[in-house]
Amino acid sequence: MTDFLATPGGFAILTVAQVLVVIAFVMISLIFLVYADRKIWAAVQMRRGPNVVGVFGILQSVADVLKYVAKEIVVPAGADKAVFILAPLISFVLALIAWAVIPFNDGWVLADINVAILYVFAISSLEVYGVIMGGWASNSKYPFLGSLRSAAQMISYEVSIGLIIVGVIISSGSMNFGGIVQSQDTPYGFFGWYWLPHLPMVFLFFISALAETNRPPFDLPEAESELVAGYQVEYSSTPFLLFMAGEYVAIFLMCALTSLLFFGGWLSPIPGLADGPHWMVAKMLFFFFIFAMIKAITPRYRYDQLMRLGWKVFLPVSLGWVVFAAFAAKFGWFWGAFARWPV
Amino acid sequence: MTLADFLIILPELVLATLALIFLIGSAYGGGDKNAAAVSWCGVIALILMAVFVGLRGSITDYSFGGLFIDDAFARFCKVMILVSAGVILLMTQSCSARHDLSRYEYPVLILLAVVGMMIMVSASDLMTLYMGLELQSLSLYVVASMQRDSIRSTEAGLKYFVLGALSSGLLLFGASLIYGFTGTTQFSGIIQVAVSEQISLGLLFGLMFVISGLAFKVSAVPFHMWTPDVYEGSATPVTAFFATAPKVAAMALIARVLHDAFAGLAVEWTQVIALLSVLSMFFGAITAIGQRDIKRLMAYSSIAHMGYGLMGLAAGTAFGVQALLIYMVIYVVMNVGTFSFILMMERDGQPVTEISALTLISRQQPIKALSLLILLFSLAGVPPMLGFFGKFYVLKAAYEAGLIWLAVAGVIASVIGAYYYLRIVFLMYFGDEPIEDVQSMRSPILSGLLVASAAIMLIGIVNLFGLEDAAQMAAEVLVG
Amino acid sequence: MSVIAFYLFAISVITGGLFTVISRNPVHSVLWLILAFLSAAGLFVLLGAEFVAMLLIIVYVGAVAVLFLFVVMMLDVDFAELKAQMAQYFPLALLIGVVILMQFALALGAWEFNSSASELRQNIIPDDRHNTVALGRILYDQYLLLFQIAGLVLLVAMIGAIVLTLRHRSGVKRQDVVGQVSRNPAVSMELRDVKPGQGL
Repeated sequence: MTDFLATPGGFAILTVAQVLVVIAFVMISLIFLVYADRKIWAAVQMRRGPNVVGVFGILQSVADVLKYVAKEIVVPAGADKAVFILAPLISFVLALIAWAVIPFNDGWVLADINVAILYVFAISSLEVYGVIMGGWASNSKYPFLGSLRSAAQMISYEVSIGLIIVGVIISSGSMNFGGIVQSQDTPYGFFGWYWLPHLPMVFLFFISALAETNRPPFDLPEAESELVAGYQVEYSSTPFLLFMAGEYVAIFLMCALTSLLFFGGWLSPIPGLADGPHWMVAKMLFFFFIFAMIKAITPRYRYDQLMRLGWKVFLPVSLGWVVFAAFAAKFGWFWGAFARWPV
Repeated sequence: MTLADFLIILPELVLATLALIFLIGSAYGGGDKNAAAVSWCGVIALILMAVFVGLRGSITDYSFGGLFIDDAFARFCKVMILVSAGVILLMTQSCSARHDLSRYEYPVLILLAVVGMMIMVSASDLMTLYMGLELQSLSLYVVASMQRDSIRSTEAGLKYFVLGALSSGLLLFGASLIYGFTGTTQFSGIIQVAVSEQISLGLLFGLMFVISGLAFKVSAVPFHMWTPDVYEGSATPVTAFFATAPKVAAMALIARVLHDAFAGLAVEWTQVIALLSVLSMFFGAITAIGQRDIKRLMAYSSIAHMGYGLMGLAAGTAFGVQALLIYMVIYVVMNVGTFSFILMMERDGQPVTEISALTLISRQQPIKALSLLILLFSLAGVPPMLGFFGKFYVLKAAYEAGLIWLAVAGVIASVIGAYYYLRIVFLMYFGDEPIEDVQSMRSPILSGLLVASAAIMLIGIVNLFGLEDAAQMAAEVLVG
Repeated sequence: MSVIAFYLFAISVITGGLFTVISRNPVHSVLWLILAFLSAAGLFVLLGAEFVAMLLIIVYVGAVAVLFLFVVMMLDVDFAELKAQMAQYFPLALLIGVVILMQFALALGAWEFNSSASELRQNIIPDDRHNTVALGRILYDQYLLLFQIAGLVLLVAMIGAIVLTLRHRSGVKRQDVVGQVSRNPAVSMELRDVKPGQGL
């Protein structure tokens, strides 16, 4: 068996199988995440949420998917057909391929590359294209304006996400998620992770992640009631499904990133308990829960407030934090909490 | 990388730091109200730095592993750049309001441009060269379009930017070819590989691209297209700046590259430089004749003067570089004086730049007219003035290097060029009665600079203020 | 395996570049350009320069090209007309292009490594070091000066953008967050006892 896997053909088959496993994991969790999102939202508002399809409405998302897929794809007249179809595909595929470097346990990763964190950052910076292309190709003013709005938003918050990541890289001395998680492996368990030294940045990162994935309170791209649903006005059926699925995959990815960067990934919070992928999944689910709660309890930002927050608050603060973290790491302040690389 | 490295770049470091302090200080406190104070501080800093650089001893030092060189040639050019930038900033200060330049970013950008120029003349690596050049050019693009409510100024900035970007592209392309064929970007490495006997075609291409890119910056024909429009469109103080310090820096950079990195290919590049020189001299002289705007005229005049400067370089000898340096000093002084006069020209409180506005100005402003007369004679190269000696040096250098045809061409172009300078003199003293009254702004600083530079043109003929020795020392460091 | 990948990326770069130039729709041109950038990043990965590859994507594709796309989408430039004007100069441009191409053919034909050139070329990345680390060592040590000058260049670009575009208009309503947050009931609220039938 191992001999076979060493041959090029075997290697290819193995890789494809691994890829399928990760995609299957993400897609299946996606179905239940959407359901969970709606249930949590409903619970906060004292509604019952989806409750018809299946037990407790648990198959609601499956029914939705089937419904979307079965509908006819409407391409607006005058739309740029190729780009119009390409946009949701890009959105969805990019959200998926970022999972290639996300580890679920020590070594459980598709591509163990040195610059994994930059890879994720690069992919998430590409996601803006789905939005722009979708808005432009619809050949309609509302989607176009909406897409410009969302693209500006995504680019703005990307900058602060990048700077926050730099702080973590400074502390861990590695751009590989495995390295980052291992550098958080201390005898203090929960209190050894980066959330403690980088505490303000955890909040900044999480809020930027909300803006980056167009989640409330920054869901201006799809504010149906006042801003006419932004770039996806003209989308229906499967393309719309792809946009929406891409969005949820990106949200889940952000949950994974938060756990890996600041909360020790697969490490156990209590010293002595075994580390393992269940911790990773549990942390991701916890952060998804917070995502869903924030959707339910926060009012939407106005556009100028959003931009002000991104450029005038987050950018300077995160930039200042990089400088601070660099000093703290270099001179070993706070008992070396900032510098975990072997000096 | 040690403290010694940082000590060598101390002047640049100080100026850059000052620029940052000015920028932050003004942005957070006071804004454009600080413009005057920042300008004055800038002038003082530039002049002090010129004194500091000038008194820095006579050693040759490399820093940052050969990226940056500090030698007599660099110091000579730096003093020239610093003094001229300081003087121009002073000139701007006395008339900034009417040219829409009383903003604190202006002196900051000038300081950063000066830092770029100082890095240019101290470059001993293709990468340092490019970074310095970009720092200088980018600041100049912004300064050119600083009068943002004027279409002309915006056009000037945009044109300058597009063509400047093109020239940077050529330069970079050439630099990449040179790197590809020599395997190094350091001048000290290139000079070992680039020798005439075993020259590769690619290296020669790279050299030609680099020369083309740099010729853009000194506005030598046929890379001069941007000059008249940019000179005319920019605010006059900015034009004055363009005509002085950046030209010195670019000229010094060409001399540095050709002598420090490509001395072995002298046979190849002297031909090209000679061609650029003769084209610039003739084009500048002939095209200037038809001009009605004095800023445009000064643009063509500077093209012609750059031709003479390149003639010194074309000689390819230490004496040629010495002649180039002397020529550039005299050129800068003449331009400072002439632009002081242009800045004072006004009608009903508005600045004017038409040549016709100078008609019979000698009756109202005899002293200023006389000073301008001396400067124009000097620009034309009429014998008793200093401008003649500048031309004499470069012609002598070309003659001694055996480029007799070039020297003869220089003399002919100079005779043609004299026509348009003397036409202004004629207008000032013997023109027809003017239709409208022409006034001249009162400004002690500008008048003082005008008279001083005219006086230098006259007194300087005694011994050139010892310029000759300093230039010789600088040139011998570079070539020898 | 990597040979196939190389040809895939190489063909994709060339196709992207070609369609960038010949595309009729400027937005399509930019999209093709993005494809070219991405494929170039792929080529960098094949060369083992993964850090540069990621930077290429983050900086060029993620930021520069987006702004490019913004401008192209919003500009109302009649590209057909521009192209018609360009056609006027086409013969001259073709001539210059052919001359330069021929020159390069000549230069390439005479390609010969100088004996001392190969000595000057150093092995930049030692085998036992990640190229991110190697790049950092070079950038922050050997080329610190250039790195800092590059910073100054970017600063100048930033100053320029602000100088040329920022206008302080008066009478614009801005949100003062500090002011809003520091309000308290004592200063912003007044309690009145309203008598029935009388009002205030």
